Amino acid sequence: MTKAPELSRANESPGAARVDLLLISEMVEPNSRVLDIGCGEGELLKLLAETRNVDARGMELSQRGVNNCVAKGLSVIQGDADIDLVDYPADAFDYVILSQTLQATRQPRVVLENMLRIGRRAIVSFPNFGHWRIRTQLGFKGRMPVTENLSYAWYNTPNIHFCTIRDFVSLTQELSIVIERAVALDTIGAPVRVNAPWWVWNLFGEQAVFLLRRG
Amino acid sequence: MGQTANLLGGGRGEADDPHSLVIRFPESEPLTTDAGVDIFPLTIAYQTYGALNADKSNAVLICHALTGDQHVANVNPVTDKPGWWSTMVGPGKPIDTERYFVICSNVVGGCMGSTGPASTNPRTGQPFGLELPVITIRDMVRAQAKLIDHLGIDQLFCVAGGSMGGMQVLQWAALFPRRVFCAMPIAAAARHSSQNIAFHEVGRQAIMADPEWRGGRYFENNVRPTKGLAVARMAAHITYMSDEALHRKFGRKLQDRESPTFSFDADFQIESYLRHQGSTFVERFDANSYLYVTRAMDYFDLAADYGGSLANAFKGSKTRFCIVSFTSDWLFPTSNSRAIVHALNAGGASVSFVEIDTDKGHDAFLLDVPELLATTRGFLESAARARGLPAPGAVK
Repeated sequence: MTKAPELSRANESPGAARVDLLLISEMVEPNSRVLDIGCGEGELLKLLAETRNVDARGMELSQRGVNNCVAKGLSVIQGDADIDLVDYPADAFDYVILSQTLQATRQPRVVLENMLRIGRRAIVSFPNFGHWRIRTQLGFKGRMPVTENLSYAWYNTPNIHFCTIRDFVSLTQELSIVIERAVALDTIGAPVRVNAPWWVWNLFGEQAVFLLRRG
Repeated sequence: MGQTANLLGGGRGEADDPHSLVIRFPESEPLTTDAGVDIFPLTIAYQTYGALNADKSNAVLICHALTGDQHVANVNPVTDKPGWWSTMVGPGKPIDTERYFVICSNVVGGCMGSTGPASTNPRTGQPFGLELPVITIRDMVRAQAKLIDHLGIDQLFCVAGGSMGGMQVLQWAALFPRRVFCAMPIAAAARHSSQNIAFHEVGRQAIMADPEWRGGRYFENNVRPTKGLAVARMAAHITYMSDEALHRKFGRKLQDRESPTFSFDADFQIESYLRHQGSTFVERFDANSYLYVTRAMDYFDLAADYGGSLANAFKGSKTRFCIVSFTSDWLFPTSNSRAIVHALNAGGASVSFVEIDTDKGHDAFLLDVPELLATTRGFLESAARARGLPAPGAVK
């Protein structure tokens, strides 16, 4: 198997991740069937199983992550979003979740299409490359941005397909995907004002969470 | 090799009167095989560990591999060595005998007390030999189900096993989905590949080419095809190890000598090792059993029994699965396990899948591989919680 960047959330600051996961779990209807791609150590799966009573399954690339999940009693398979989603039948899940992983996939567009084939709905969260701090680093310092939540240098980052909130919205339009809900979180993890225009989100949202369905 | 084997040992010593628990089914309760022939009277030799709880919900069935037996966690009566899965099964082990009631039976066609070619046919007073119908994995599982019925157990908490044992696990889950709460096929496949059949054919031909095989009637002639069986074992043993592990263990090292002898002696350590594997194997295993059990594996193709779709075999299954493969296993490679995972996903079953990084090859499932032990422990603990089994040490 070719080695792709590890789909794990291990390198994020815990505070930001928690808000992200809580927000996602609130988007999931109770008693539904969920696939979490890149489930890491299984925090979200556990949260969903405990708080929403869902039938939660996971996919994770790293052996350690899978072993830890299985040891916690979670149904997790070792797999790669870029390779293994193709094999899932259509409509197998109510929700397919990709949390903080889209930017690490080789073919984000194909992954997104597969998610909405396998699941009736998809939930995607990703770091917003349009955030003002990132723009500042690139624009004024002329250096590839390194932030608390994106702590890799350009030469060792697993994140190979960054996008901004606006980029992502335009991809959903291209794929005729309906955005049911969107939330942007600022640096301290608080939601950016709901009625703000996209450009405000794109500037002040450090990460974004989208609830999507087929168009 | 070459020494005259004790004819009561060498694959026959345990065949009729094993050091094991035995259930002898009356002639009126035969095993109807896939070959269309009834085996009667059917005998099953088995071992148990731990205690069955009051509602009979804590039973774990272990399925053994090609040359394994029912002696999972006790000293083997033939070899005097520890049970073949004593790293996995025992008090406080991942398959904890203080918590679970563990059962393992010798497969039909084997030579450790269950009906097999070395068993005496009561109608002739001679070993069955090739009169026994060819056995399938499904026949093995049906025989196990008769034992489980006999023990009064409706649903097994878990069925687990590696290699051919894993094939039986898959067959159990497909044949009796309601009777398997969770299933753990390790280093297994839903069908035997062409390459695997080829290796088995080499082994069988080695046995049948031995003049002492005598058309399978060697016991009556007071001989045994030890040379052929040893060669079969040597060839098979190579397939259980990875090139990397062989190189690490033996490399090109010479055996007890400074330089090659320019002869066909066992100059290399690997040659000496394989010869040893061959000669110890013939002391404990019956050649005809080797033919029968390898054939059972060859015939195994679970999808073929379900209209060519493996997903159909597990459709609507409520069983919780944990599939395990090993990176260096080229006999039952990870792709085999992935095919099972895809079928289970397509069928909507609950499945976990771990590929464990090791250079120990196919044999890794038998060895002390910490990730395998941790995965098994975690999977069983969560399944036990879901099944409502009390934690070990809990007040009953």
